[in-house]
Amino acid sequence: MSHKTYEESKKAVVKGLLLLGFVTLIEVFISLFAKGHIISGVNDIVWIAYAAGLIIAVLSIYKAYFIIYEFMHMAYEVKGLALTVLLPTSLLIWALFAFFQEGTAWKARREFVKEKNAKTVEPLKGKQGYVEDTSLFRL
Amino acid sequence: METNENVLHQHSENHGGSWEGAAEPFNISYGKLMMWYFLLSDAFTFAGFLIAYGALRFSSPSWPVPDFVFSTAPFGIHDAPLIFVTVMSFLLIISSVTMVRAVQEGHRENKRGVVFWMLLTIIGGAGFLGCQAWEWTNLIGKENMSVTTNPFGSHIDAGTYLDEKGNATGETFKAGASYLLHKSEEGGHAEGHAEGHHAMAKGDHPNAFVDNDGFIHKKFKVTSGPATGQVQMEEFGPKAFGALFFFITGFHGFHVLSGVAFLLIIMINVASGVYASRKNGYEMVEKIGLYWHFVDLVWVFVFLVFYLF
Repeated sequence: MSHKTYEESKKAVVKGLLLLGFVTLIEVFISLFAKGHIISGVNDIVWIAYAAGLIIAVLSIYKAYFIIYEFMHMAYEVKGLALTVLLPTSLLIWALFAFFQEGTAWKARREFVKEKNAKTVEPLKGKQGYVEDTSLFRL
Repeated sequence: METNENVLHQHSENHGGSWEGAAEPFNISYGKLMMWYFLLSDAFTFAGFLIAYGALRFSSPSWPVPDFVFSTAPFGIHDAPLIFVTVMSFLLIISSVTMVRAVQEGHRENKRGVVFWMLLTIIGGAGFLGCQAWEWTNLIGKENMSVTTNPFGSHIDAGTYLDEKGNATGETFKAGASYLLHKSEEGGHAEGHAEGHHAMAKGDHPNAFVDNDGFIHKKFKVTSGPATGQVQMEEFGPKAFGALFFFITGFHGFHVLSGVAFLLIIMINVASGVYASRKNGYEMVEKIGLYWHFVDLVWVFVFLVFYLF
């Protein structure tokens, strides 16, 4: 705010509205495009889904940046304040990777258990309760 | 006493007065500074929820497709993926912009301007809450989603639905296709006849299984993958979806609700001249403004995670 005149800041507000609205529309368009709502069949192409997800994420982060720096005036505050707010937030980047990795591992584990459960094992023949084949004890 | 105060005063001037409360750190008032740190902690709470959503989604072999789940809008609009939530997003963006205008008018000590733009902000926030109420009502009342039940599923393999005699129909679906389990209509005079879910007795049928809660699980023959040839029925989707959706959008909605309440209180105070007498450029409006922008900021990510991905 500080160095702008009243008329300038009023114009900046209109610009901000148009920018955020436009970026949101683009995001929705890309999302629908990648899911095959605009051209059917696109949703079967794997790399398009990943590319679209990446673009949408970047656009969302841009919107967040704009809201924090312009609407919340972070751009006009002392640098130290911005750092105390933004540096702790950057820890979340680690959390994203760690927990998504964790989720993927849960899925693999669940599938492993399912696979083992589905297996049928021949029951032991011969005397029950008496094990002649000692190789069974070997790990 | 007088000398004592003098000493204290000198003390704070000589040694970084920030710790005495005399000078404010970062050239910003304590009120705004603490609002920033509150918002930082709140951001971590929301991030925790959204990352939990991500982890559970990654851990699930299938997940409801958002553009299938969120494709209804008021006035009987169907098959309009994401349109309604886009409208909701715009309401929040617009109310954020009107809030910026209210803060600007505050800097000019223009009381009427502040009240006018805050009123528009409140209307935007209330409109968003109204939309969310409609969305929840539709999901709970019509589509029977709850915290523990998720009728939105997706097919793992391709297949063909079965008819009343248990024979394969021409109605096929691809792997990954979404479906919604409908409830059997008790009275039989339901509005949803067009979608083909009429009254069915509980129990096993050749073409479907109706569970004790009345959900119709349609049967189909698998035509791809290792289970080819088997007859299976549509199962519920991953349970966590409903709980995550209602909990996270509910937590955000609660922020909007409390934001609207605080905006209302502060607008009334502005109108009655409480802040004009403080002569600090309507700092209270600036503080609630920070909170309100944060609510918009969180929605950017809720929108991204729940609706766009």
